[in-house]
Amino acid sequence: MKQEVNGAPKEERNTNYQRKFEKVNEIINRLGRSQSALIPILQEVQEEYRYLPEEILTYIATALGLSPASVFGVATFYAQFSLEAKGKYVIKVCDGTACHVRGSEPVLEAIKKRVNLSGKKKTTDDLRYTVETVSCLGACGLAPVVMINDKIYGQMTPEAITIILDQLEKEDAADE
Amino acid sequence: MEQKNTVLIDGQVVELNGEKNILELTRKIGIEIPTFCYHSELSLYGACRMCVVEVEGRGIMASCSTPPAPGMKILTNSPRVQRVRRTVLELLLANHDRECTTCDRNGSCKLQELANRFGVKKIRFGERDVKLPLDHSSHSLVRDPNKCILCGDCVRMCAEVQGIGVLDFSGRGSNTVVTPAFHKNLADVECVNCGQCGAVCPTGAIVVKDDTDRAWAAIHDPEKMVVVQVAPAVRVALGEEFGLPAGEIVTGKVVAALKRLGFDKVFDTSITADLTVIEETHEFITRLQKGEKMPQFTSCCPAWVKYAEHNAAEYLKNLSSCRSPQQMFGSLVKKYWAQEIGKQPEDIIVVSIMPCTAKKYEAALPQFATDGVPDVDLVLTTQELARMIREAGLVFDQLDIESFDTPFGFTTGAGVIFGATGGVAEAVLRAAHEFVTGQPIDQINFEAVRGFADRKEATVEIAGQEIKVAVVHGLANAKALLQEIKEGKADYHIIEVMACPGGCVGGAGQPISPTMETKKERAKGIYNADKLSQLRKAQDNPVVGKFYERWLAKPNSDAAHDALHTAYSNRGRISGEEIKLMTSQEPDQLDIAVCVGTCCYLNGAYDTLQKFMKLAADSELKERINLHATFCLEKCEQGPVIKVDDEIINGVTPDRVEKIFTEKICTKLK
Repeated sequence: MKQEVNGAPKEERNTNYQRKFEKVNEIINRLGRSQSALIPILQEVQEEYRYLPEEILTYIATALGLSPASVFGVATFYAQFSLEAKGKYVIKVCDGTACHVRGSEPVLEAIKKRVNLSGKKKTTDDLRYTVETVSCLGACGLAPVVMINDKIYGQMTPEAITIILDQLEKEDAADE
Repeated sequence: MEQKNTVLIDGQVVELNGEKNILELTRKIGIEIPTFCYHSELSLYGACRMCVVEVEGRGIMASCSTPPAPGMKILTNSPRVQRVRRTVLELLLANHDRECTTCDRNGSCKLQELANRFGVKKIRFGERDVKLPLDHSSHSLVRDPNKCILCGDCVRMCAEVQGIGVLDFSGRGSNTVVTPAFHKNLADVECVNCGQCGAVCPTGAIVVKDDTDRAWAAIHDPEKMVVVQVAPAVRVALGEEFGLPAGEIVTGKVVAALKRLGFDKVFDTSITADLTVIEETHEFITRLQKGEKMPQFTSCCPAWVKYAEHNAAEYLKNLSSCRSPQQMFGSLVKKYWAQEIGKQPEDIIVVSIMPCTAKKYEAALPQFATDGVPDVDLVLTTQELARMIREAGLVFDQLDIESFDTPFGFTTGAGVIFGATGGVAEAVLRAAHEFVTGQPIDQINFEAVRGFADRKEATVEIAGQEIKVAVVHGLANAKALLQEIKEGKADYHIIEVMACPGGCVGGAGQPISPTMETKKERAKGIYNADKLSQLRKAQDNPVVGKFYERWLAKPNSDAAHDALHTAYSNRGRISGEEIKLMTSQEPDQLDIAVCVGTCCYLNGAYDTLQKFMKLAADSELKERINLHATFCLEKCEQGPVIKVDDEIINGVTPDRVEKIFTEKICTKLK
């Protein structure tokens, strides 16, 4: 499924904006306008936008009759929610104890080098990649583990992950 | 065997009488357990852990959120309890910007007081190294997150007592901060500047913006004549700053202090409160007779007015058009009195002494200016006046009393009771009967609208018609009342709203006081001052009569409207981004914004928007349309509202979309 926003042609970009906003309304109507529906709404909306844009949070607050500050509070409390736009590929590098001792750090460095990220920056300017560390993916037997979107890659090394990313880029180019 | 309904507190047998928690019980027997986050008017939070006690068999427990059970053995000052409290304080202090000497709350800070009381002399933990930015955006308040101890008092005050919820916690763990939505500044959200968040803040994390330097500069400017007005509620509270009991009337000393500080003229806001009564009552009678724009809401409280502008668009026309007494005063001084004494408006500096933080915001509103010169130049709170008196070295309780200057110095009891909840309504009731029938009423005390109940009601008969009055204080109470009116469940003719609990006596500019009792004492002082007045009805004020003769002709005249009335406008609740739906890259494009703010949303704005999207997508002009959903176009009562380029179109219900699309959009693009 195509999810490109910024780089897409105008026609497609507009349908995207509209489709997403219609989806937000569908989600709110389906889950109900009660306070207790807030978290499920945020989860589904985030799936749609890949993050929680400020204006959409304000819209949700309006629809649910909550103060924007409370919605913002919930959205910032849980690590699962992001208020920053994330890349098309979210790469999670596990840095739990097992992964850490089996060398997750060099893997992380290799990824950052490959996608051109430095310092505290987590998402590339072209919104292609977001690189994060997580505390445990629950796959310690495969340490060190990396997750790209929904797919898990075990027993990673800096060389292996670079090959995987090269492959990903090739597939992506073919798609476009 | 029947169990006795008692507990043992520090070896003392104490009987239970339905106390909700251990804390309440210990306070009844004279043990002052320390707290940060416990306020009886707010919900239980149990966050600060200062109120811990030791319960035999159960260990250390927060007394605020533990109900007492028969047979409990409670220790309030055991070595374990002492250790826990000190550690809690130490941890709070480690995370706190401890620049006490330069803090506004130096001397009135609960954290400082408790650290002192529990003998915390050393902090074993390192200091926090991040310094968060301060928020100076508001005219009324300054927020310093570095001094926040995360007790959540402000969050609950704003949400529960004021029904707004400007502030909430964001983030988690060590990154938690209390902030408006999206870390915006207070000036960019729906904050009404009531300052109650600061009034409950135990530290200096939210304080009143200090304008004393500007006041000194005005006083020391030889070119300017500096006149000062004093609001009713100040006179029953300022004494507290100097060790006098709450509610003691210190009017004479306030006047003396202001003169000694160097103000050229000292006047009483109560006189323009009298004027407000006359204007507002006439306005009310006109509306009543015409049967329009009912019920009439009072408009003296700028926090309530701003609340209504954000949240009650459909009732803005119901607000009295009268300016507040503060602004009426400024306007009369600059428009008329200046001329009379041969001065230009810009040569006079009008300073107000107010119990209120929102008055600072009100004075800065652009509509309250005469030829670009603000009517009220500067607003000081009771707290700031106390600071100036101390700075000048005046020994307050030794000051000889003095009286207000003329002409703005003569007031009636009606103007004074504006300082307590119910006062404006009572003053209007004292006048309405006489204005309609020509006969003064005998009974001028309306006890039913006095006191601190959430909502007070009275019914009065005027010329055979029953007039129903309601008084609310605390904006959550106003919100509930508005909802009832909307649903047709409440039916009143005149409604007084004050944002602060207790009315102006409970304003956030008053001396810091944690209890409702203090506010009740101040209100008692206000009614005593009323009792002591020779004249009790606004319409009897001879000086106000002269104002009409000389300047204003008659109540609600054109001159009066020009000088004493105002208009209100909708305000968006939050400033920020719009939701993009279609973007055009053509040079010749048209902007369409559909409001999805609260009012419009409830009026079906989403259906309107969806129709627009469909029409636009099917149209050949789609390449040239910029479509977005926006949050407030500030025409809330006529929603759904759309904006086509700069033109605002109201009442765009889904069935009108097609017509408007053809007429307004297609024609424009052709």
